[in-house]
Amino acid sequence: MARLTRRLALAAAATLVALAGFAEAKEWKKVRIGVEGAYPPFSSVSPEGKLQGFDIDIAYALCEAMKVECTLVQQDWDGIIPALLAKKYDAIIASMSITEERKKTVDFTNKYYHTPARFVARKDSGIQISKEGLKGKKVGVQRATIHDKYITDNFGDDVEVVRYGTADEANLDLVNGRIDLRLDDSVALSEGLLKTDKGKDFEFVGSPLNDPKWFGEGAGIAIRKGDTDLKEMFNKAIDQIRADGTYEKIERKYFDFDVYGS
Amino acid sequence: MQFEVIWENIGQYVHGLWTTVWLVAASLALGLVLAVPLAILRTSKNPLINGPVWFYTYFFRGTPLLVQLFMLYYGAPQFPILRESFLWPLLTQAWFCALVAFTLNTAAYTTEIIRGAIVTTPHGEIEAARACGMSHALMMRRIVLPSAFRRALPAYGNEVIFMLHGSAVASVVTIVDLTGAARNINSTYYTPYEAFLTAGLFYMALTFLIVWVFRRIERRLLVHLRRPAA
Amino acid sequence: MLDLQGYGFSLLEGTVLTVESALASLVLAVVLGMLGALAKLARARVPRGVAELYTTIIRGVPDLVLMLLVFFGGQLLVNQIAPMLGYEDYVDVSPFTAGVGTIGFIYGAYMTETFRGAILAVPTGQLEAGYAFGMSPGQVFRRILLPQTIRHAIPGFGNNWLVLLKTTALLSVLGLDDLLRKASLAAGATREPFTFYAAAALVYLLLTSISTVLLVWAERRYNIAYARPAHAV
Repeated sequence: MARLTRRLALAAAATLVALAGFAEAKEWKKVRIGVEGAYPPFSSVSPEGKLQGFDIDIAYALCEAMKVECTLVQQDWDGIIPALLAKKYDAIIASMSITEERKKTVDFTNKYYHTPARFVARKDSGIQISKEGLKGKKVGVQRATIHDKYITDNFGDDVEVVRYGTADEANLDLVNGRIDLRLDDSVALSEGLLKTDKGKDFEFVGSPLNDPKWFGEGAGIAIRKGDTDLKEMFNKAIDQIRADGTYEKIERKYFDFDVYGS
Repeated sequence: MQFEVIWENIGQYVHGLWTTVWLVAASLALGLVLAVPLAILRTSKNPLINGPVWFYTYFFRGTPLLVQLFMLYYGAPQFPILRESFLWPLLTQAWFCALVAFTLNTAAYTTEIIRGAIVTTPHGEIEAARACGMSHALMMRRIVLPSAFRRALPAYGNEVIFMLHGSAVASVVTIVDLTGAARNINSTYYTPYEAFLTAGLFYMALTFLIVWVFRRIERRLLVHLRRPAA
Repeated sequence: MLDLQGYGFSLLEGTVLTVESALASLVLAVVLGMLGALAKLARARVPRGVAELYTTIIRGVPDLVLMLLVFFGGQLLVNQIAPMLGYEDYVDVSPFTAGVGTIGFIYGAYMTETFRGAILAVPTGQLEAGYAFGMSPGQVFRRILLPQTIRHAIPGFGNNWLVLLKTTALLSVLGLDDLLRKASLAAGATREPFTFYAAAALVYLLLTSISTVLLVWAERRYNIAYARPAHAV
């Protein structure tokens, strides 16, 4: 049924375009951007209800570089791609890794940062990252992320994968002892958990993971397929803020190391 | 619609179905075991006895199940006493929190259902039992409870269905029940219709099964209440 | 304690949204319930069948599953339909819209059963008596059927309302900033989760208690003709 309605919609749209006689490319003056708000230090909500973090600052900087008016729209991760397809917003800036699988559904700009993934466990746990070492352990990941896919594909038979709606919830359960390990972006884990008060009993285990098969080419901005003009605008803007020092200024605000990667 | 996605992941649904079924069945069984003595206490005339039971059922019937689950799942770690107790290893398990919350919830509703059935026991039955010289306990066991259970059946059948539907909130605390499986598939493949409709069909099948079973039991046990055919 | 570390006001805001969404859902449920009851009592087969299908499906599927279906699926549907109707812009299905729509739709089915039972509980003899007095169908409806239907419907209606009110807690799962979601945010920020969830529970308890008191009052008012005199001789 969905396919049929889609076809009807397309037919109707095609007719309208034909009647109008020309198809005008949309000029981007206003851009709505979807963000998550539960992934510190990249994206979170302050106690006063304001969006903050690396993703947020980058979003505003890119909009300034593109000379467009921007509105940020907060959206839970579970629905973040569907809402883009549904035109709730025009782009996603939410630390979303560029992967082959997602490219089937959406287009990506070039990366705007690239950091590896890592495991975190309690300090005295002595857990080894291997099929034997992880056997029977509970690993918390955010649902439908690259980390979810990696652990399911590689250790799915050995570990119990516990899936959460947000990284915050998963961190909370790690601290409370409900899960043994967390797998997530290393920077999100170090800044959002390890360096905070509640994370003091935890540490990284195993080495950084960056196999492109699962972890992609870094975090990019997702846009609907076909919005090539918007993609080019974003790519130019990324180059511009990289060149004029804006990127570095934002990076320094949150990190004391390079997150762009080589 | 792309039901191929569902078919490829049918294992997740079957697994989720199993989780839903045992979680609900275990909660209902434990809840019933708790509810019978509580219902008897609730009919006591002593306010020190029926008061606390009244408060318990009032609280659990007056607040959402999801809030009760959160109080236990997220709330328990706030108390160092709990963290050091023997219960802690269990409380770290999401299924245990759900089981406890569901059990306490259904026990509260069931207590009131059974209490309602106990207080509507026909006076004649009680008088007859007394006249036969039965003690209070014997009368409860032989006369009041069996007759109350029969009268409580239709309402209890509804409670079983409510519990089945209520159990969907388990998916909010990481448990992969039927709803959890659907949420995983929706967020992986972006197929909301297919994912949630499939879960809905499974729930509907379970609901009809429960309705059918209760109708059969009612037909057997309530045969004396049915009017003769002609 | 009472200002809850500065989050008291935030909980209050959430409470307002909870009550708003519950009342909005109730209005929708009552409208659907009346239509459903009329359809079920209709002589024609089609409306009866549709109403039967509606109540059967709703009673077979959990509220949360229907809400997720409407929240995630409804947006896709709206997006497919909107361009056909000439809307080029994005039409938002907010958690409030999806949630209130779904809860109203679900409890419309329960209201259908309640109203149907209440209408059937009015003895036909009374309606016939009305016609015998020369009343028009409108008068019979207004003077005899409606007041009695209300009387019979109050207990079921009250029960549905209490369940509906508690169901609105599920809206927090869709991301609506209701009482429970506000409590969750405060719980996460202060690391005193139990305190805030218990506070939320007490607010829900207060809301259900107020509702119960009002319902008992309404029941008494509509049953005044049937109540035993207070000082029976």
